[in-house]
Amino acid sequence: MELTTLLFYFFSLLTIGSAIFMVFSKNIVHAAFALMFTLLGVAALYVLLFADFIAATQILVYVGGILILILFGVMLTTKGFTDNLKTLTTNLRPVSVVMTLVAAGMIYVLLTTTWPVAEIAEPEGTITGLGTLLLKEYILPFQVTGVLLLVAIIGALLMATKVKHQQ
Amino acid sequence: MTWLESLPLAVFVMIPLVIILIYALFAIWMERKVAGFIQDRLGPMRVGGWHGWAQSFADLLKLIQKEDIIPAEASKFLFRFAPFLMFAASYAAFAVIPFSSAYMGSNIDIGVFYLLAITSLLTISVIMAGWASNNKWSLLGAMRTAAQMVSYEVPTIMAVLSVIIVAGSLNLMTVTEMQSGNDTLGFLPNWLIFQNPFLLVAFVIFFISILAESHRVPFDLPESESELVAGFQTEYSGMRWAMFMLAEYADMLLLSLLGAVLFFGGWNSPFGGFMDGPIWGFFWFMFKGMILVFVMMWIRWTLPRYRVDQLMYLCWSILIPLSFINFVLIALWEMLF
Repeated sequence: MELTTLLFYFFSLLTIGSAIFMVFSKNIVHAAFALMFTLLGVAALYVLLFADFIAATQILVYVGGILILILFGVMLTTKGFTDNLKTLTTNLRPVSVVMTLVAAGMIYVLLTTTWPVAEIAEPEGTITGLGTLLLKEYILPFQVTGVLLLVAIIGALLMATKVKHQQ
Repeated sequence: MTWLESLPLAVFVMIPLVIILIYALFAIWMERKVAGFIQDRLGPMRVGGWHGWAQSFADLLKLIQKEDIIPAEASKFLFRFAPFLMFAASYAAFAVIPFSSAYMGSNIDIGVFYLLAITSLLTISVIMAGWASNNKWSLLGAMRTAAQMVSYEVPTIMAVLSVIIVAGSLNLMTVTEMQSGNDTLGFLPNWLIFQNPFLLVAFVIFFISILAESHRVPFDLPESESELVAGFQTEYSGMRWAMFMLAEYADMLLLSLLGAVLFFGGWNSPFGGFMDGPIWGFFWFMFKGMILVFVMMWIRWTLPRYRVDQLMYLCWSILIPLSFINFVLIALWEMLF
């Protein structure tokens, strides 16, 4: 078997396995660490699709940023020990009915669609093209996204510092 | 390519590991010697004869023999896994370091961006170790580390970005190649630190930030022994503790080598064409890296530790605004000249 195929199956298994563990884990910190493996597996799958920039961004933003934020949140809000945090499974019957229908629909789509497979061609590096596109054709959406994030940061700061209005 | 044909690839991938292991044995001995000399002692003198050169080997043998203790209430899998994740994160980053003009793990375009992304796993591994130990010192140490590393990532990235503006490429091999030659002011090498006055400021910011990122003194709050026993490593013993030590030294080397590439010309010889070539290139590169490592050790044994609030003040109120202003000034300088 080819090495890339082997790697693909390995990372797919890692992604799906850790995602399943995350969903069924009763311990919220264990779930967060399982999420880390899922995100890393997805990043590795991006690499196998020659999307190196997206893969690095995935790790930087999700693993290095959001996941640490989640862990911080969990650890600080429950005073470091998560034993008193209850996780329950509720509404089991309606959920299983809906999810069976969704799964059936997805499997039907998967089996009936013809999947066009492109020839494998390694691109000459993605980052130059991305940079040119972002700063030429899509400069306005790019800048607007920046402003949106800035507004979000200011809003978060405002909420966190609890500014007292003087009447 | 079948998996048997990829065996040479495996050997190719292992080269940095050999470098790191030899370096770690040397650096631990060197750290003790430097500490000794700074404190007017001799440091290790007995093991192996000449100036105690075999001290690290003796320590390694001792650590291998030790019992692997796992606390009863610890989260077993995460506790076992954290040291290896930490070393894997450091080691993965070595893929994009150009050790010489002939050897670089992966010549990818996003080079330094990948390096910064993958080292963010270090923070996760510290939290993992701290939480899994189920010990208040470990958890406090881990929280401090996470806060410190996340904060200091910002000035590090800004300093690296300043260099990238001047160099115009994220690929560290390209960045190194454009620093060859000795034309600055007629005799100085074309290293980036001599190219732009604001890059000197960027280097100072970068160096302070990497001290904090690799949690060395004066920013070693995660394992400040006077308050937290040993921080996130408190419950670790034997080889797992040794993995943490190895990861810490690998991280020091990684960030020093990154500094050498970004500011001091990587594998370029300081004498232009003299003593040049792939083998000399490797020598110069490691030499520059080791000088930065030495400065880190020198600082460790000379300066006292910062307080947590001072650490955060230094980062958010001084380094981050300064690095943003510096970034704009470097961009201006590049536009004008």
